[in-house]
Amino acid sequence: MLQVVLYTALVLLSLSVVAGLYRIIRGPSMPDRVIALDTIGICLIGLVAVVCMLQDTTAYLDIILLMGILAFLGTVAFSKFIEKGVVMEHARNRDDHR
Amino acid sequence: MHEIGMTIVEWIIGLLVLGGALLGALSAFGLLRLPDVYTRSHAATKSTTLGVMSILLGAFLYFVAYDNYVSAKLLLGIVFVLITAPVAGHLIGRAAYKSGAPLSDRTVQDDLKHAPHTDTQLREHTDGQLPHERERQRE
Repeated sequence: MLQVVLYTALVLLSLSVVAGLYRIIRGPSMPDRVIALDTIGICLIGLVAVVCMLQDTTAYLDIILLMGILAFLGTVAFSKFIEKGVVMEHARNRDDHR
Repeated sequence: MHEIGMTIVEWIIGLLVLGGALLGALSAFGLLRLPDVYTRSHAATKSTTLGVMSILLGAFLYFVAYDNYVSAKLLLGIVFVLITAPVAGHLIGRAAYKSGAPLSDRTVQDDLKHAPHTDTQLREHTDGQLPHERERQRE
């Protein structure tokens, strides 16, 4: 019974990854694409957790943390880039970029 | 007795995982159908976070029930998703507004419309100097 539920969850999460891909390709503005990338990252975390349960192994649990950190850092870097045009901001050349 | 307990745990895990996956699919539907960036980020940030947190909680219960394995990594993952997803949503919403992403036609209120959010508007609003320039002069 649990196996059926897990496979259903896999299908639903894959569908939401596909929806995110559509938004990335189609998205009218840059923040749309970044939001879709963030959603795909979070859905991948769920996918990895479901695969862990299906294969009854704890080997992939590190991947969950790694995906979380990478999705967050990517979103932060992209939003700083969209907002200011730079990712790293130094105090001494702040005037050049504002 | 033990048999009944395992059945109950199986039901709880199934409900958590299925609910999480349904929330994920719902947020993907919102990502497809909602009209502008801000509503889409609303759909994508909140429900996906709750969905993934409940899936991870289900996985935690699974490993506790079947393998007698308490996974600190999964708990850490839950906490991490809970903390970082709202921060990321806030940052990207702010970046979208500052980069001038258009609001939907059906928007009724824009509280930031008259707020000074570019440097030239800020200069008009104050005495012609930005806060960090004033600080530098004082030094």
